[in-house]
Amino acid sequence: MQLIVDGVSWVLLTAGGAFVLIGGIGVVRMPSFYTRMHAMSLTDTMGAVLVLFGIMLQAGFTLAALKLVAILLFLLFTGPTAANALASSALLSGLRPGTDGKIAATDKPA
Amino acid sequence: MIETLFSVFILTLLVVTAVAIVQTRSLFVAAMLAGIFSLMIATVFFLLDAADVALTEAAVGAGISTVLFLAALALTTDEERVKTQRRSLALVVVAAATAVLIYATFDKPEFGAADAPAQQHVASWYIAQTAADIQIPNIVTAVLGAYRAYDTLGEVMVVLTAAIGVAFVLSARRVQLPAEEEPKLDGTGLRHFLIPRVVGRLVIPFILVFGLYVQFHGEYGPGGAFQAGAIIAAAFILFALLEGEERAIAALPLRALLFMGAGGAVLFGATGVVGMVLGGNFLEYANFFADRATSHQIGILVIEAGVGLTVTGALLAIFHAFAARGRRE
Repeated sequence: MQLIVDGVSWVLLTAGGAFVLIGGIGVVRMPSFYTRMHAMSLTDTMGAVLVLFGIMLQAGFTLAALKLVAILLFLLFTGPTAANALASSALLSGLRPGTDGKIAATDKPA
Repeated sequence: MIETLFSVFILTLLVVTAVAIVQTRSLFVAAMLAGIFSLMIATVFFLLDAADVALTEAAVGAGISTVLFLAALALTTDEERVKTQRRSLALVVVAAATAVLIYATFDKPEFGAADAPAQQHVASWYIAQTAADIQIPNIVTAVLGAYRAYDTLGEVMVVLTAAIGVAFVLSARRVQLPAEEEPKLDGTGLRHFLIPRVVGRLVIPFILVFGLYVQFHGEYGPGGAFQAGAIIAAAFILFALLEGEERAIAALPLRALLFMGAGGAVLFGATGVVGMVLGGNFLEYANFFADRATSHQIGILVIEAGVGLTVTGALLAIFHAFAARGRRE
C-alpha cells in the first residue's frame, strides 16, 4: 500500500516538476508578452497543483495535508487573478496581442 | 545533504539577483527583484530553522516594502539617472571592504558549532529559563517580549518615528476632491478590474484572520506582532488598491491610524511603567499577578498588542501618505 502511494506521489511530483520546467523554459523562449504569460500559467496551474497533490499523498491524513489543501485553494484563487490583472493592465496600457511585444503607438486600446 | 544543496542553489540565486538589482536601470525592475530577493532569503532563513525571521522577511521585505517602493516610484520616475562620474575610488573601497569581510569569515566558527560564542553567551540561559519563567514553547517570543523587551520597545519607537518622518516629508494631509473625480479609470477600465476586486474581497477576510492568528499565536508557534502588523496592514493596502483609497480611509480613518501608531507605543511603555509601580524594574512583568508565569504571559500579550497596533498604524499611515501625495498632482 505504502509502495503504491509513494509511486503515485513520485509520478505526481515528477510531472509537476516537468510542468514547472516547461513553464520556465517557455517564459524565457516565448516571443511576446502574452505568449510568455501563457507559458507562465503552466507553472501556476498544472505545476503547483500536481506538486501539492504529490506532497499531500506524502503527508497522509494529517493536519499538514489540510494546510496543503488550504494552500492549494489559495493558489487556485490568487494565481489566475494575478494573471488576469497582469494581462488586463498590459492591455489597458496599450500592449496589443500579436505585435511582437511592441507597444502600438498609433492605435489606442479601445 | 539535499538541504545543503538547496541552500547553495538559493544563495547562488541571491547573488545573481543582487547583481541584477545593481545592473538594471529600470527602478521598477529593481523593486520587483528586491521583492524576489526577500522571498529567497526568507527561504534561506526557513532552511536555517529561523521561522520567525522568515515570516518577517516574507511579510515585510517581499510584501510591504515592494508596495512602498512602487508607491514611491509612482511619485517620481522609474528610470535611474545614469551618472557619468568616475567610480574608481568607489571600486577600490568596495574591493577592500569585500576583502576584509572575506578575511573575517575565516575566523568565524564552524556552521552550527556548539562552542560558537553565540551559543555560549546568554542564549543557553534563555533556553533554560524560558520553560521555568514564562512557560511558553516559542523562545523567540520570550526573548523579544520579556527578556529583551527594552530592545523591542526601541524597535517600536523606530517604526513610529519612521511613520512620523514620512508623514512630515510627504505632509499627508487629506485633499478634498469632488466625488466625481474619484474613479480615475476611464469608462471601460473598471470592467477589466472586476475579477481582482471580487477575489480580493474573498481573500481579504482570510488575510485578516491569518494576521490575528500570527499576532496571538506567537507564543506557541512562529510569529508575533511585527509580522502580524505587516500582514494586517497588507490586507488594508490590498483593500485600498482594489476599492480605492477613499473607501480604505473611510474604513480606517487617518486619525485612527495615528492613534493606533502612538497608542501602541504608549501601551508598551505603560506596561513597563506598571511593572515599576508594582515594585519591579521597567518592563518587568513578574509582579503583575500572583503566578510568575501567568504574569509574564499576560505582559507579553499586552506589549505584543501594542507592537501590533503600532506596526499596523505606522505602515498604513506611510502607505496613505504616499497615496495622498500621488493624488494631489
